[in-house]
This record gives sequence, structure tokens and C-alpha cells, in this order.
Amino acid sequence: MNTPSQAKGPQHNFDTMDVSVRADIDRSCREVVLLWYASSVFWLLLGSVLALVASIKLHTPGFLAGSEWLTFGRVRPAHLNTMIYGWASMSGMGTLLWLMARLCKLPLPWREGLMIAGLYWNGMVAIGTWQILIGNGTSIEWLEFPWWISIPLGATFLVVIALSIKMLRERREKHLYVSQWYLFGSTIWFPFLYIGATILIHSPAAVGVAKGTANWWFAHNVLGLWLTPIGLASAYYFIPKVLGRPIHSYYLSIIGFWTLALFYNWAGTHHLIGGPLPAWLVTVGTVGSMMMFVPVITVAVNHHLTMVGNFSKLRVSPTLRFIVFGAMSYTAVSVQGSLTALRTVNETGHFTHYTIAHAHLGVYSFFTMIAFGSMYYVMPRLVEREWISSRLIKVHFWCCAIGILMYWVGLSIGGWLQGTWMNNPDIPFMDIVRRMIPYLWSRSIAGTLMTIGHFAFGILVWKMLRREGGWLVDPTLFVSRKEAAAEASMLKAISDAGVDE
Amino acid sequence: MNRISLIMAGVFATVIASLFGLVLIPSMQFQQMPPKEIFAADGSTTMYPVALEDFREAPGKEVYRSMGCVYCHSQQVRPEGFGADIDRGWGQRRSVPRDYVLQNPPYLGTMRTGPDLANIGVRQPTEAWHYLHLYDPQITSPGSVMPSFKFLFQTTVGKEPTPPLGSLVIQLPETSASEPTWIVPSVRAISLVAYLKSLAQKYELEEVQ
Repeated sequence: MNTPSQAKGPQHNFDTMDVSVRADIDRSCREVVLLWYASSVFWLLLGSVLALVASIKLHTPGFLAGSEWLTFGRVRPAHLNTMIYGWASMSGMGTLLWLMARLCKLPLPWREGLMIAGLYWNGMVAIGTWQILIGNGTSIEWLEFPWWISIPLGATFLVVIALSIKMLRERREKHLYVSQWYLFGSTIWFPFLYIGATILIHSPAAVGVAKGTANWWFAHNVLGLWLTPIGLASAYYFIPKVLGRPIHSYYLSIIGFWTLALFYNWAGTHHLIGGPLPAWLVTVGTVGSMMMFVPVITVAVNHHLTMVGNFSKLRVSPTLRFIVFGAMSYTAVSVQGSLTALRTVNETGHFTHYTIAHAHLGVYSFFTMIAFGSMYYVMPRLVEREWISSRLIKVHFWCCAIGILMYWVGLSIGGWLQGTWMNNPDIPFMDIVRRMIPYLWSRSIAGTLMTIGHFAFGILVWKMLRREGGWLVDPTLFVSRKEAAAEASMLKAISDAGVDE
Repeated sequence: MNRISLIMAGVFATVIASLFGLVLIPSMQFQQMPPKEIFAADGSTTMYPVALEDFREAPGKEVYRSMGCVYCHSQQVRPEGFGADIDRGWGQRRSVPRDYVLQNPPYLGTMRTGPDLANIGVRQPTEAWHYLHLYDPQITSPGSVMPSFKFLFQTTVGKEPTPPLGSLVIQLPETSASEPTWIVPSVRAISLVAYLKSLAQKYELEEVQ
């Protein structure tokens, strides 16, 4: 079924594509995508600072305790919302627009409209964050913006949906690549979920605990049906693109898409296992979570088989290194997520920092790392300048990679112990609070490391926007092309010599 | 072209299916759960659940929302044999959908940095405890990582203040203040405590069995 000729990929499309056409498309995206990207980096930095404040408050409650604005219960949702709606959504939208233009082989239409949409989006996120800090947040997780922010914010997507349909209809490349499926799906899913959930929670349409399930139907799907499709679309595009070989199997990727669409939706209620819900509702969530193994394994196999034999390129290409890190995390976070939905695991992991670690494995280790990788690829093509320093990119990568690993390990172990202790009624609650302090410190240290990485990235993006890098020279890689070539010929010589013996 | 409408139809169908399955159908089920008459031992009857009263409790819930209490405190008791909620004394029985039909929205919570509050109104009935705890958690619970909500109080050091008629004055215990200190809770603090004291899932319901 899966002969090489059927396995199409971006490489397949672009081999024949005129370089100047590609440059025209990139130029058409320049202002719009840079606006969304630059804004996203601003929110990333702000969100990191808010995260650190919240993290420190958890082990040192006296920190900034006098300020009502910065009380933990406000800083934490302010962090989450700036990260999701500011950083992740805006960087995702930048990548989405660029990928759509490239894959449809069309210059980006409606540029002025998309610029206005970007400014409007920034304004909405700013007002929403401010509303949370002054105490008007909703305390509904992932939906903290007041409804009069969420609905206009979600409505922005009417433009994006119309744009996607227009581009897909007018596309010059007849073949629809899997990334386009994912991107198109996500543009429809997100506004439907966001506006739908906002209405359900703020109107009498959902009663009592149904507002809780509406909450988790939404919150789980923001990751699953908005950020995940963009992350996967990026991985599906950039891995073959950087390697210069097609994706392993086109059919596997389509199976992955439809199983994700079918099963992810139903997984949200696993956040309420043990809660006051009818039993069947929780069972549905568990079954949905288990079925997620299908799309996850499909995607993992497909990406892995595309990478096989090319892992050495991770040493060279920043884009590839970030994206492969993200793609591997996708497998890890999904497997962990499915297992967490099991009642026995949930009994201990629920209500603890174990869940927080899991959430960051998804949004950070998977999505954010892929977003970084995508931006490393796209921005030089828009600005027509190279990144200013490969050393800073290394600082960025290692701070984030070590940071998130430490974050995940520390909070997973700490959270699991927290759950075990909490389920043992002989341990007084206050003892658990005390025993958790070292693990909470490990999060603050890991978070500081990640924040340092983000500021390194901020400097790189700032220099990029100021066009300080070189152009029409070698791309900024971890190992320059000359070094790589020299190394390769040396290795070849060694292995040839080996054969002679 | 066909493919695009096909993707669109599929994408909508999947998400609408889950919307019905996870939210709308359960919601219809909960709509058919009106408050119930409970017969007490002395022959009197009460309705359960009870809506928050508008003067203090309902505004108190808004303070709970505004301060983000939900990020560290859940309001749900897990069933016997699943966790140790009942053994810890967080409730007499597990929580059921009926407990929440009048809550709009319910703050079920997903995190227990602090203990569950589903029955805090029964577990900590004295107002003074709540005020001291909110003013500075270290007074009532040394080692707590809960933030202090001093900004919900007026603090006077030295001599006892004369507050407006009817409002509370509480003196801090001498061990936690170097000088004699009095605190006067603001309207928001009074409302929040009224809301916390209203939190109780106290009646045995037949669906719990």
C-alpha cells in the first residue's frame, strides 16, 4: 500500500517549485507572520515572569504577599492565559499562516486584515490578563478571561476560517498535504470550542456539574484540537523539509488525523475521575483516553521512520533538534496522558503536582519546543537575515531542554509522593505541605532555567527583527556546513579504511 | 473541493458529538434533579441543596472566584475506597451531582495544595478561626503555604479601634503579634467567610448508596 511514489511530502512538492515563487510567498507573509511571532515572544517572556512569581509563592508564600493583584490565585491563571492565548496561540497562528501559504503555493491574502487581527488579538489578551489580575477572572481553568473577552477573541477565527477555506479552494498545489488537514481542522475546532464553552459556562445552558464537564471538554481540547494539530502540522512539514526526504507514509498520517479527531474530544472528563459525575461519563473519558493510543502510535511511527538514518542531523540543525524534541515529547505526553486516565493511576496522580508536570510536558515540551523550531526555520526566510548567534541558540535549547526535564522529573516524583501521602489518612495534611517544599523549589529552579532560555530566544528574535544577522551566507547551524562536511568526509575515510581491512 | 467540505463535515461532526455526549446530555440529566425534601429526625423538613443567600454568601462566592481559591482547593469528596477523603474527615459521604445543581458554576477544582473545602462550613464553624486564617494562615496553621489575605482587613496596632457599628473587631493572639494588634474584616472578608461557612454537603442522599 505504501510504495515510495505514494508517500508524498512537502519535499515532493517543492522540488519543482520555482525558488522565486517561494521567495514571493515568503515575502507576502513577512509583516503578518512577523507581527504574530513578535507578539507571541512578548507574551512568552511576560508569561515566564508570571510563572516564576507563582512558582516562588508556592514555597515562599511571603513573596510579594502584600499585593492583591499578585496573589497566587491570580498570578497563576494570568500565567496560564498569557501562555496559551498570548504565546502558544499567537506563535501557532504565525506558523499556521505561513504553512498555509507555502503548502497552497499562494501568496498570503488579506494581509491588512490579518495585521489588524493580530493587533486586536494582542489587545484582547492584554485586557483579559489585566482583568484576571484585578480580580475579574472566572476561576474556570483555561477559560479565565471574562466572557466579554473570550467571545470576541474566538470570533477572530471567523476571519481565519474564511481565509483557510479561500486558500484551500484557490490553492495552486492540487495535492493536500497532511499538515493542511491538521491546520484546517484546528481553525474550525478552536473557535467552536472556545465560544461554545464560554456560552455553556456563563449561561444556564449547562447545569451544575455539566459546567465542570464543559470546562474540561474545552480545556483538554485546547491542547488536543488546537495546539496539537498545529504542533503536528509543523512536525509533519519541517521534519521532511529539513531532512530533504518525504514523510514515511501519507496514509498513516491521514489515519492519525481522523483517529485524533474522533477520540481526543472524549478524553476531557478524565480530569474529573472520582468526582461527582455519573459513572458512565467518567468511563467515556477513560475510553477516549485509551483510544488515543491509536493516533499517537501512528504519528510516532511515521515520524520515527522518517527520521531513521538521519539522527546525526540533530547535531546540526536547530529547527530539527527543537522539533524532534517536541515530536518525541508528544509521544511521551500522550502515553502518560492515556495512562493517567486509568482509575488506579488517577487515584494517586489527581489533585497533585503530577498533573501540573503532565500539563507542562504537553504544552511546553511538545508544543512550545516545536513552536521554537518552526520559528527558527521561518523567521530567517521572512526577514532575509540569518540568526545572529548559534551559541545563543544553543543556550536557548539547553536551558529549555534541561529546564523542562528537571521540571517534569521533580514535579512528577513530588506529585506522585504527594498523592500517595494524601491517600494515607495517617499522614497529617500539614506534613504533606512541608514535605512538598523541596519539590516546589526544584520547579522554581527549573523555571528560572527555562526563563533564561526564553530571554536568550528573545534577544535572538529582537536582533532578527532589527535585521542584524548576515544574509546569503551559510545558515546559522549548530555545526557549520564546512565543519559538518569535513567531519563527514573524515568519518567516511575511517569507515572506508575499515572496509579495506 | 469535495475533500475540503468532507474534512469540514468530519471535523464538525466529531466535536459536536462530544459536545452532546460530555456536556449537553449530562446537563439534561442534572436538570431533572430539583432540590429534594429532607425529613429530619424531629419531624421537620428541609430542602436540599439550598441556594446561597444574596446578602453575604453569594457575594462571598464572588470573592472566592476573584481570589482564585480554586487553584489550590477542591470542593468534591471522593468516594470511599478511592483516595482517603472520607478518612481525612473532608466529608461524611462522597459528593454527587445533586450537591451542585444550584451552583453556577461549581468550583470542583483539580488541585489540593490545600485541603478540600466541600464541607469546610461543618469542619471549621467558628468565624474567628476563618478570619485569623485568612489574615495570616501561619497563625492558625503554622507551615502553611497559603497566601495571607491581609489586604481584606484593616489592621490597627496599639489600641483597639472603634469600628463602625456592627462590624467585627478581632485581636490577634499575642504569640503572633509583637504589639497588641486588632483586625477589622472588610465586607469582602465577611462575605467570603459567610460563603465558606455555607459549604456543607451534609445530608445523606439515597443516590449515594
